[in-house]
Amino acid sequence: MGDLNQQMLDKYRNNFLHEVEEKVDDGEWVKMCMQCGVCAGSCTFGPDWEHTPQKIFMMIRAGKREEVLSSHSMWLCTSCYNCMVRCPRELPITHIMHGLASYAHRLGLAPKNQPTRDFSLIFWENCTKTGRVNELRMTISVYFREGFVSGVKKMWTLRNIGRGLFFAKRLNPLELFVSHGCKDKDGLRRALKKADEIEARRRGYEVQPRGYSS
Amino acid sequence: MAEVVATNQTILVVGGGISGMTAAIEAAECGKQVLLVEKSPTLGGRTALLYRYFPKLCHPTCGLEINLRRIKSNRNIRVLTLAEVSAISGKRGAYSATVKIAPRYVNENCTACGACAEAVSAEVLNPYNYGMNKMKAAYLPHAMAYPQRYVLDASLIGTPDADKAKASCKYGAIDLEMQEETIEIKAGAVVWATGWQPYDAAKIQPYGYDRFANVITSLEFERLADPHGPTGGKILRPSDGKEAKNIAFIQCAGSRDENHLRHCSRICCMASLKQTQYVKEAWGAEAKSTVYYIDIRAIDRFEDFYQKVQKDPTVSFLKSKVAKVTQDKSGDVILHGVDTEGYHRYANAHDLAVLAIGMQPSVAGVDIPAEIVADSSGFIESSAADSGFFGAGCATNALDVNRAVQSSTAAALRAIQVINKLARAEA
Ligand SMILES: Cc1cc2nc3c(=O)[nH]c(=O)nc-3n(C[C@H](O)[C@H](O)[C@H](O)COP(=O)(O)OP(=O)(O)OC[C@H]3O[C@@H](n4cnc5c(N)ncnc54)[C@H](O)[C@@H]3O)c2cc1C
Ligand code: SF4
Ligand code: SF4
Ligand code: SF4
Ligand code: SF4
Repeated sequence: MGDLNQQMLDKYRNNFLHEVEEKVDDGEWVKMCMQCGVCAGSCTFGPDWEHTPQKIFMMIRAGKREEVLSSHSMWLCTSCYNCMVRCPRELPITHIMHGLASYAHRLGLAPKNQPTRDFSLIFWENCTKTGRVNELRMTISVYFREGFVSGVKKMWTLRNIGRGLFFAKRLNPLELFVSHGCKDKDGLRRALKKADEIEARRRGYEVQPRGYSS
Repeated sequence: MAEVVATNQTILVVGGGISGMTAAIEAAECGKQVLLVEKSPTLGGRTALLYRYFPKLCHPTCGLEINLRRIKSNRNIRVLTLAEVSAISGKRGAYSATVKIAPRYVNENCTACGACAEAVSAEVLNPYNYGMNKMKAAYLPHAMAYPQRYVLDASLIGTPDADKAKASCKYGAIDLEMQEETIEIKAGAVVWATGWQPYDAAKIQPYGYDRFANVITSLEFERLADPHGPTGGKILRPSDGKEAKNIAFIQCAGSRDENHLRHCSRICCMASLKQTQYVKEAWGAEAKSTVYYIDIRAIDRFEDFYQKVQKDPTVSFLKSKVAKVTQDKSGDVILHGVDTEGYHRYANAHDLAVLAIGMQPSVAGVDIPAEIVADSSGFIESSAADSGFFGAGCATNALDVNRAVQSSTAAALRAIQVINKLARAEA
């Protein structure tokens, strides 16, 4: 694997703000933040996370690259949009948070075993394989990602919900063996591959990034 | 009233606040004919409703009284009150303004004896105290009102109270037959001094101005501190009349915000700094003011005032734009946010929260010529080179009284030049 992270380090050296502006979705907005604190005070997460959007934006400007990209905070954002509707500078805060998360992931710097990231990967794997989400396999993958015993425990705790889903015809046991899919699976994959290429070109990645399907 | 004489050598001044008064006086004292048109029953505008002025903390009476005396003694100025300019057309040297004059129901015989107010029992919300209390429906707007002439509220007309008022007047000053009139006025130049309006505080949803009685605006706070205000000058909070000693000032309420007003209203930092001194004056060492701010904008010589307030032990500063306000059962308001110096979360209780509300121009809704250029907030920025239309005071920008007066003098000079040129051309 060519190292995209090293490539970006070489390219931007100490100018992390510039890197964010060019590589992160909506990153060009970061410099508009006036550090008023409204997003931090409005976030549904309250005191439960380390880096509020406001703090993240300041850290970007201060060049704290490692700390920002390995932060859990972007992965915790629930997309409630509370910060975004209140920001007096109209920063698309929620989108920047997601942009930072996905960039950190591409560079391989996102925190390991981050539950949101793990879930996203499982979901992506699952739905791009056939073009449809296989609920049963996805649930199993998510529950068992921390090992067999913990998986069984989780299934047991949620057994009633599972039964409900089964009777509501939302969970088909046969799906364990055969996944239903969309009509043109190969077409879908070609489209996604193309999208990946376009994005790499637009963002100027010389090295093919570790895409979502890695 | 309809025989208002104005020619193309008249300077029309729209708006009788401190800015319009200044422009009118400057032009009239240079010998020009001036017509000063004010839509409320009195001159003075918003300045008359302040308790004290920064930076010297003198009473607004000082400045206003001198100006009123200059107006009274100058025969070149004519004043129309209850007269609103709703449209202006034409060009330099030949403008025509549409003025709607509302009936006052009281003529110039009035001596302001007050007998009519005693005679009527109907009350209306007092707009000079921003509706925080009521006043008799026959009233003098405020102690500094000019003209010193009573007004009958339109709601009285046709009720027995109107007849009682008429019967009580010994001077034959009450005329219940007055009607609204619309007149056209000629003018060679126009000074537009329509001033400002507070931003609608209820639109700042997270601050709950429309939900919590103890969240008020800075304008209302001026009235609470004023002896002529609804509480006789005692700083009592609206929900339960409790003495409000621990007061939060929320800066940039509606200003510097793309969701509301995008500009900085410029005066509200100084206004809040000034108001912390009202709190101190009222409660001495027990006073506790907390200013929540993004940054304090006390420009040029006001910096001294800021430094003085910073040293005041009753005032503290918290660098944070408040995210949300709630009110608990006791009536205390709780301010939520994050202190940007250290990123600490807070939930602070106060007796009362004062929103340092933003200023917006009150040009809106009037049909004025296209030659006027407004900025992105609607303030009059400039007019075309060959225009005879000039903005003055807060119609052009968020300004304090001192700067509003400077801008009005400048506008008056420009208007005078237009008239002089005309006079030369016609001679
Ligand atoms: C809370 C607060 C405290 C303040 N404290 C201070 C202070 O301590 N010191 C200081 O220097 N400044 C202070 N200011 C600023 C001060 O209020 C303004 O600078 C001042 O009011 C500007 O005067 P003006 O004449 O331009 O506008 P206004 O006072 O708004 O007057 C405009 C007049 O025009 C009239 N009008 C409007 N439209 C029309 C129309 N179409 N036709 C006819 N008439 C019309 C209005 O009725 C009004 O009388 C404070 C402001 C606030 C919000
Ligand atoms: S609300 Fe907007 S301007 Fe304020 S700190 Fe957050 S991102 Fe910056
Ligand atoms: S959108 Fe994300 S960052 Fe913004 S307030 Fe909601 S959880 Fe917090
Ligand atoms: S209208 Fe008549 S009664 Fe009323 S204040 Fe004037 S003079 Fe007195
Ligand atoms: S003067 Fe102060 S409170 Fe008013 S908008 Fe500007 S920064 Fe905010």
